Amino acid sequence: MKIHEFQGKDIFKSYGIPIQDGYVIDHIDDALPTIKKVQKEFKTEAVVVKAQIHAGGRGKGGGVKYSPTTEVALKNTQEMLGMNLITPQTGENGQKVRKVYITQALDIKKEFYCAITLDRSLAKDVFMVSSEGGVEIEKVAEETPEKIIKVWIDPLVGMKPFHAMKLANGLGLTGEANKTALKVFIKMYNCYMGTDASIVEINPLILTETDEIVALDAKFNFDGNAMFRQKEIAELRDTNEEDPTELEASKYDLNYIKLDGNVGCMVNGAGLAMATMDIIKLAGGEPANFLDVGGAASAETVKNGFKIILSDDHVKAILINIFGGIVRCDRVANGVIKAVEELGLKVPVVVRLEGTNAEEAKNILSESGLDIIPANDMKDAAQKVVNAAINS
Amino acid sequence: MSILVNKKSKVVVQGITGSEGSFHTTQMIGYGTNIVAGVTPGKGGQTVLESKVPVYNSVEDAIKETDANVSIIFVPPPFAADAIIEASEAGIELVVCITEGVPVHDMVKAKRIIDQNKTKLVGPNCPGIITVDECKLGIMPGFICKKGNIGVLSKSGTLTYEAIGQLVNVGLGQTTAIGIGGDPIIGTTMIDALKLFEEDPETDGVVLIGEIGGQMENDAARWTKENMSKPVVGFIAGQTAPPGRRMGHAGAIVSGGDDTAEAKMRIMTECGISVCESVADIGEKMKLALQN
Repeated sequence: MKIHEFQGKDIFKSYGIPIQDGYVIDHIDDALPTIKKVQKEFKTEAVVVKAQIHAGGRGKGGGVKYSPTTEVALKNTQEMLGMNLITPQTGENGQKVRKVYITQALDIKKEFYCAITLDRSLAKDVFMVSSEGGVEIEKVAEETPEKIIKVWIDPLVGMKPFHAMKLANGLGLTGEANKTALKVFIKMYNCYMGTDASIVEINPLILTETDEIVALDAKFNFDGNAMFRQKEIAELRDTNEEDPTELEASKYDLNYIKLDGNVGCMVNGAGLAMATMDIIKLAGGEPANFLDVGGAASAETVKNGFKIILSDDHVKAILINIFGGIVRCDRVANGVIKAVEELGLKVPVVVRLEGTNAEEAKNILSESGLDIIPANDMKDAAQKVVNAAINS
Repeated sequence: MSILVNKKSKVVVQGITGSEGSFHTTQMIGYGTNIVAGVTPGKGGQTVLESKVPVYNSVEDAIKETDANVSIIFVPPPFAADAIIEASEAGIELVVCITEGVPVHDMVKAKRIIDQNKTKLVGPNCPGIITVDECKLGIMPGFICKKGNIGVLSKSGTLTYEAIGQLVNVGLGQTTAIGIGGDPIIGTTMIDALKLFEEDPETDGVVLIGEIGGQMENDAARWTKENMSKPVVGFIAGQTAPPGRRMGHAGAIVSGGDDTAEAKMRIMTECGISVCESVADIGEKMKLALQN
């Protein structure tokens, strides 16, 4: 689960990490009073206007604007609020800006990159910093990996001062700035652990002209599986940032991702669902979606899945591919019949059922009198559904 | 022979009194798995499933009374990592964790403990292991398997079934099928399982099924090139999966490139694995690989 920068900075504040502070608005009427409030409270004429969306690279897309005067700040806010922001991380459709964060402007002496995440291959958390801050950090990692300083932390021991020291020294920090950085890094780790984050990233973390360490940005990603014990974090979810159909699907415990093709598919299990999309493509078609109905697909789940697929106007044919293990194919067949009776058969449906009670299921479907196209295996199913999509 | 489990495995079921635990325990007993005990804290002293299985309060108690050496976990996600640690500390040799949705931070800690204790773990979030006609330790449909000489190794549950189904259709049976799970932190890796299949005299070939994301398939491919004498047939799901919307750069820096289906298929091919472009070719490719 992702959150906005201003929410991430609130979390940093609660862990004692110094931030570039400000206020967020979602209506243009609040712009001028908020700009004035920021100027007064943080004793600065210049402010920074920042678009709040769940993706990085905002600066490149025009979503972060330094504003030296009140007039410029107001103009930037007006332009940004409601704009469709396209960044290297949003995809080509971009994301609508519904909230704008107005913050103090700081004098930057140095910019750093720092982040904590899981290193899957070592099964340990890794804390990374680099003096090469900014958006080109992935290039730095690829071309000059020695410029990224990493420490791996044993979760049973936690982060120790020597870890933090290696990071601060690696950034070339000395004196008071070094001491402050040590504290900030330990707090960042505590924050990562305390919030069940999968990523905490500050890019950039800055050294100001007065030698203070300040987080200019805050990026979080949280482990969805841990939200049962992170109630406050779970409440920060902004459903405006999510695809409406995907959101609807998640209410039914369906894992759905919309794609651009015209062959809808409904499958049990994420791996088989991906393999089904792949074989549709190999057969000359384009999948319209990824839909995993999970390990416990009932007649009800199948019906809801059908509804979600049919809500996409581009769908010209549907493939249902179930390998029944715990899922019983006869129940799936009954679900298909129920869904078709309720929703109507608007497009051709190809069904491939294998595994538990597959024979019963095939009989149920053939006796139903519905115009469902049976398939024997995945290759057969993919060819039939792609042909059906072309002809419908 | 086979890998990890056989008819001698003495199994304790952690979370046996829950609905998932009791349903699947019945299924496993039906397959012939030697279930000797169940554990649910606070419910020790009962017997369940037509009085066939005694329930204990802890894994330690269960081992004392029944000599259990293998455990399977069905407890809910908030307590699953604790269940793994409990089994490991009690001296269980092999733990299979079926539970889906275990918090990653919990698993990172559990992984350190099992590594220290040299406990083998399969999962979490996996279908488990089946040694055909001997021991089903998981939730897969046992009836689709046929005894034979192929090992099946997969990140995905239903793709494991698909592979087994195709092997049977071309006349090939299996020794053991193992679903290792696709979570960020898992116990048994692809290399671990490949090693076991390589050492198993009854296994003559291995089907290796991976997905996009992570580096495990690439590591397994390189290991195969150096160490595997038996033919390996590979498939990677997710060739058409769209790149997800990203947040920040940390993930990319740690994992590096080469985690797409295309890259993994290329690396596997370079390492001598016979890679299926289509999922429908797994059975035929294995048959062909055995003939060469």
